[in-house]
Amino acid sequence: MVSPILPLTLENVELRRQGKRVLGPVSYTLDGEGITIVMGPNGAGKTSFLRCMHGLERLSRGRMQWQGDEDRIRARQAFVFQTPILMRRSVLDCIAYPLILDGLSRREARKAAEREAEIVGLKVTLNAPANVLSGGERQKLALARALIRAPEVLFLDEPCANLDLHSTAEIERVLAGARDRGTRIVMSTHNVGQARRLADDILFLSDGRLIETGSRDVFFAGPGTPEARAHINGDLLP
Amino acid sequence: MNDIFEGLTQAARLVVTLDADLAEITLRSLQVTVTATLIASAIGLPLGAWIAVNRFRLRRIVIVVLNALMGLPPVVVGLVVYVILSRSGPLGVLGLLFTPTAMIIAQVIIITPIIASISHQAIRELWADYHDLLISLHATRRQRIATLLWDGRRALMTASLAGFGRAIGEVGAIMIVGGNIDHATRVLTTAIALETGKGDFGLALALGFVLIALAIAVNLALHVLSGTERGSRW
Repeated sequence: MVSPILPLTLENVELRRQGKRVLGPVSYTLDGEGITIVMGPNGAGKTSFLRCMHGLERLSRGRMQWQGDEDRIRARQAFVFQTPILMRRSVLDCIAYPLILDGLSRREARKAAEREAEIVGLKVTLNAPANVLSGGERQKLALARALIRAPEVLFLDEPCANLDLHSTAEIERVLAGARDRGTRIVMSTHNVGQARRLADDILFLSDGRLIETGSRDVFFAGPGTPEARAHINGDLLP
Repeated sequence: MNDIFEGLTQAARLVVTLDADLAEITLRSLQVTVTATLIASAIGLPLGAWIAVNRFRLRRIVIVVLNALMGLPPVVVGLVVYVILSRSGPLGVLGLLFTPTAMIIAQVIIITPIIASISHQAIRELWADYHDLLISLHATRRQRIATLLWDGRRALMTASLAGFGRAIGEVGAIMIVGGNIDHATRVLTTAIALETGKGDFGLALALGFVLIALAIAVNLALHVLSGTERGSRW
């Protein structure tokens, strides 16, 4: 089922920092179901693109439109950062935190957090401080925290960067499960293999501009731009 | 050197024999300072967090003023509180001058900027870490401040302890507004000043050692209770 807060429409969106253009102008409509993978070289604007869509950045130019009222829009989406932001709390309390914000009692929230930790395969002492977790476990914590509100749209900024194959596989399993439950996922990655495994469609950014969009099969069969072709082939560009 | 040794011996004797006068002024010191610290923390901690989280005009000036107020001269504070609470002053009708309440008021004025400024620094760093997450999770302003205060509680405890440390060693202001009245407003610091004036350095030093021990004991107790420096804890 397509989320009622979609489609998200971006019209000539531009983001500048200290006078320098980091994204845009980009026009794009996010709709439908499945997983959209955002690809592109370092500095292409992938993170800025995701942050703009999630509302973490103030647009320098252009217009962005979700469907519905502001509170509903914000409550139905979640974001997983490339470097997980750990709170100074136990693993369980970190995962439960969004539900505490929603007004649930600590007991109920922790109970739900236990279930979510199990879903993402977080096999650690849940009452331990979150800062003792390994990189993969931290990312799973962040994923569990993002999924605990059952978001309709989930943004992930390179969630598997610096993770080993086992952790990557586990996170991909969780994301596939979320997609099957109807969560619309938009995720950036450098990993071409991961994009092939997960993507329903691909967005390719270069120098802050969205230069290619299309279904996974079409994109990988014959990318239309030299930048995308080079990226897929792993060519070194000057 | 002899005075210091004598002071240590006398301090030990006063403590071991549970000297009644010592117990009374020690308890009063604690009562005044702990009350002032609690009130100043209730004002200063949320104020520091609020300044850290919010962007408003004159924010920089507020921070500069707050930092400057950390060095507020206690004697001046004492004088101002004295004028306000004196019989002819605007709050003279309350009859608070030369009471522990007046001493608490003076201490609150002195240590609130310290607690607010240190907590502002601590919360600002935490806010930088949490900013994106709290915005992403759509936390309200009140929820953000509550979260930062809770998660930064150990750093904030340090802010309160800094306030406590400043207050318990304070003498100028509370001497003016308290009057150092025996069995009424005498505390450790004012008693030390009195005994020094009388030339009884041994007793003054003894009281000084008790004061230092008290400050260390309170800090130690709070650190043990809150579990700071325990492995893998924030």
